[in-house]
Amino acid sequence: MEALAALAAVTGDELKAAEAASSAGFAYGLAAIGPGIGIGYLVGKSVEAMARQPEAAGMVRTTMFLGIAFTEALALIGFVVFILIGL
Amino acid sequence: MIALEFPPVNEVLRWKDLFPSFNKIALICVAAALIGSLIFLLAGRKDHKTAPKGVRNFAESIVEFIENGIVMQTMGRDGLGWTPFLLSTFVFIYLCNVPGVIPLLQMPATARMALPLFLSLLVWVVFIGTGFKHQGLGYLKNSLFPPGVPKALYILVTPIEFISTFLVRPFSLTVRLFANMLAGHILLVTFAVLSKALFQAEGNPALIPMGVLPLFMLIFLTAFEVLVAFLQAYIFTILAAVYIGGAAHPEH
Repeated sequence: MEALAALAAVTGDELKAAEAASSAGFAYGLAAIGPGIGIGYLVGKSVEAMARQPEAAGMVRTTMFLGIAFTEALALIGFVVFILIGL
Repeated sequence: MIALEFPPVNEVLRWKDLFPSFNKIALICVAAALIGSLIFLLAGRKDHKTAPKGVRNFAESIVEFIENGIVMQTMGRDGLGWTPFLLSTFVFIYLCNVPGVIPLLQMPATARMALPLFLSLLVWVVFIGTGFKHQGLGYLKNSLFPPGVPKALYILVTPIEFISTFLVRPFSLTVRLFANMLAGHILLVTFAVLSKALFQAEGNPALIPMGVLPLFMLIFLTAFEVLVAFLQAYIFTILAAVYIGGAAHPEH
C-alpha cells in the first residue's frame, strides 16, 4: 500500500526522467550485444587465419581492422543514443 | 555514505573560453596542426645526402608506416600520390586524440563533434571528387548501378547503394571517431570521480583504502586510451584510403 502511495506521488517529470534513464541503459545494452558477438567472431577468425598462414598476416590485419571499424559503428551509434536520451 | 556526484556533461566537455569563442579544444587543434607541421618541416630541412637521424628518422618512419601500412594495403602502387593527404590526416587526428591522456590537458579535441565532422566531410568531398575525376559521370553509374546485378534488382539495390555510399559514409566516419574518443573520456572521468569520492569518504574509514581499486582501473584505462588514440587515427585514415581507392578504380 505504501509503495503504491509513493508511486502515486511521483510527478510526470520524475517519471519521464526515470523512463529516460532506464531506456538509455537498455538502448546501450542492446546495441552492444550484436557488435560484441560480431567483433569476437571476426577477430577469432582473423587470428585463426594468421596462425594458419603467417605470411598473409599483414593483409589479414588490415582487413580485420576494416571489419572491426564497420562492426563497431553500430555499438557507437548505440552509445550516442545513450548520451542523447540519458544525459 | 560517499558523496558520489557525476559532474554535468557540460563541465566535462567544455572549458571556459580563453578568449571569446576560443576555448581549450580550439587551442589543442591549433597546437596539433602546428606541432605536426613543425615536425615535418624540421625533418624536410635536413641534408638529404647523409643518413637520416633524429627528427628526420622519426618522420620517415611515420611516412613509411602510412605507405606500407595504409596506402599499399588498400590502394596499391597507384595510390602512392595520396600519401601526403593521408599522412597529414593521420598525424593531425593522432595529435588531436592524444591530449586525452596527457596530464593537465586531459581532453581529446576529437571528442567534440565539430572536428570529426569537418574531417569526414573533407574526405567525402575528396573521394567523390576523385570518383568524378577518374571515371567522369560513369562514377555515378558504377556506384549506383553496380555491374553484375540482375536488372530488376536495381529497384532495391540503387537506393541502398545511394544511402550507404553518399549519406552513411561521412556520418559513420564522424560518429566512429567522435564516439570512441568521447566514450574513452567519459570512462576516465567516471573512474577518476569514483576514486576521488572513495578517498574522501566520510563516516566509514574502511572505504578509504578501497579508492585504490578505481585508481588502478584508471591507470589501466589511461594505457588503453593511448592505444585507442592511435587506433582511431589509423582506422579513420585507412577508411579514407579505402573510399578514395574505391572511387578511383571501379569494381569489375
